[in-house]
Amino acid sequence: MSDPGKLNTSSSELDLDRPNIEDYLPSGTSIHEPHGQLRLRDLLDISPTLTEAAGAIIDDSFTRCFKSNPPEPWNWNVYLFPLWCCGVVVRYGILFPVRVIVLAIGWIIFLSAYIPVHVLLKGHDKLRKKIERYLVELICSFFVASWTGVVKYHGPRPSMRPKQVFVSNHTSMIDFIVLEQMTPFAVIMQKHPGWVGLLQSTILDSLGCIWFNRSEAKDRETVAKKLRDHVQGSDNNPLLIFPEGTCVNNHYTVMFKKGAFELGCTVCPIAVKYNKIFVDAFWNSRKQSFTMHLLQLMTSWAVVCDVWYLEPQTLRPGETAIEFAERVRDIISVRAGLKMVPWDGYLKYSRPSPKHREQKQQSFAETILRRLEEQ
Amino acid sequence: KKTTISVFRPLRFPISFLLRSLHCRPRVTQTSLPFAAAAAAAATARRAQHFAAMGNSSSMLTQYDIEEVQEHCNHAFSQQETVSLYQRFCQLDRSSGGFISADEFLSVPEFAVNPLAQRLLRTVDGLNFKEFVAFLSAFSPRATLQQKIEFIFKVYDSDGKGSVSFKDLFDVLRDLTGHFISEEQREQVLKQVLEEAGYRKDSSLVLADFVKILGNPGLKMEVEVPVD
Repeated sequence: MSDPGKLNTSSSELDLDRPNIEDYLPSGTSIHEPHGQLRLRDLLDISPTLTEAAGAIIDDSFTRCFKSNPPEPWNWNVYLFPLWCCGVVVRYGILFPVRVIVLAIGWIIFLSAYIPVHVLLKGHDKLRKKIERYLVELICSFFVASWTGVVKYHGPRPSMRPKQVFVSNHTSMIDFIVLEQMTPFAVIMQKHPGWVGLLQSTILDSLGCIWFNRSEAKDRETVAKKLRDHVQGSDNNPLLIFPEGTCVNNHYTVMFKKGAFELGCTVCPIAVKYNKIFVDAFWNSRKQSFTMHLLQLMTSWAVVCDVWYLEPQTLRPGETAIEFAERVRDIISVRAGLKMVPWDGYLKYSRPSPKHREQKQQSFAETILRRLEEQ
Repeated sequence: KKTTISVFRPLRFPISFLLRSLHCRPRVTQTSLPFAAAAAAAATARRAQHFAAMGNSSSMLTQYDIEEVQEHCNHAFSQQETVSLYQRFCQLDRSSGGFISADEFLSVPEFAVNPLAQRLLRTVDGLNFKEFVAFLSAFSPRATLQQKIEFIFKVYDSDGKGSVSFKDLFDVLRDLTGHFISEEQREQVLKQVLEEAGYRKDSSLVLADFVKILGNPGLKMEVEVPVD
């Protein structure tokens, strides 16, 4: 049994700043290999395991990724409070209606141009696609303007070339809008219900977007195939993938899914970092619906963010897809100032697979057997 | 000695404090703590949405609540730590029922991959906040060695009969090693170490035995509660 003073450090909570792929590899081997005869005390002393369990109950790195941190209140003063009240009046009474009007105008322009183009130019595909791309960029700019988005783009604009994919960290569905404003991406998204789903099936389809459903088991292979087909096609819009698979609170990155990195093409990382100075752009899907989230953005002063287009990466010889994903995650996290966490984002919706527990069990069993043989 | 702690942040927001007091903050008594926790959590959730800029929703605990909880766990945690634990409790108790269900515990992946998770769940499922803190008090740096050994004893003695049989030892060892050791090997290992320590296979261990075996040179079983 491992030395009682040493915590069996699991791959879960430590080394948040270093890339950690131990979730995929056998883990949990303690550094102190205990020797000597196996005693009753070694079997009875379960304190390291219990300490880990209690540590997980008290604070765990996974829940921290999805915590929306409320901003520090600054209005608790006699003279700041009336100022804040004036601010509220301006935001809700003046800015919000103006923004709603701007957005409505944008939608009218978009729909009145899009529907004719979509219907009339059925035959001339190339021209239709070009106009539709431009129109989508236009409506995204309207969206961004409706929250007074202050977006700073760094780095060279992505070019439309075949055999390249873009990956980015994910904070909210507005990531897509912010990025789409600059370049017409085709994105792979979860199919949502409600008005968002309607938008997805009509307009975004024309961009060549791909839909998946987390709850469907067989979905993975069909989606992988669609991804590969899209990337091979030369005329398709560049594909944007959010490999985290879920919205994270913009302070951490969870593990990237390797699907995007197995397609055999160049991967261009994009880092998006929101400034929480006026509003927290993290969409906590457990707490808010998307509509409420948008309303919250529209009643704030501004949405400030930075977008960095980073250097394209290719799979190095001898590197696995998982290592490649971790390397790209490291690049994005360093640029955007995020901490890396070795958990899979999908654990938000499902339980961890038994293989993690089995790894711990295996290492403990091996220690015992080894010490038995030594006697 | 009463200490004003940061729980009384409402005093810093003049209007929000008035509005909050309009919501009838529950004055908690011994029996109503489970329900108070539920009411507090529900009210907190609602309030968090309304006053998004008004700071942490944890300050629903009154000084009385905190002292009561501390009494119950023998002052294993400081007041700040108790407030942090309450924030964590509310965070885990997503259904705001005043207790954390087994499902909510298992939604913490770090806990779910622990080999002893199922065994611990039997004790920890459905605890209200006071019992939750009492459960965790064995992991405080202020807890005595005796308390830690008692905790381990209780994990082994899951049916609470006061003694740990060979079957209990076998079950825990099975949880810890999974299917990487065969049943016979496990039995053999246990018999061997028991005999070497002077016990027979059919003898059951009581708390005093545990103290004797684990007491020297002591245990390190501590978890730090993060305080904002």
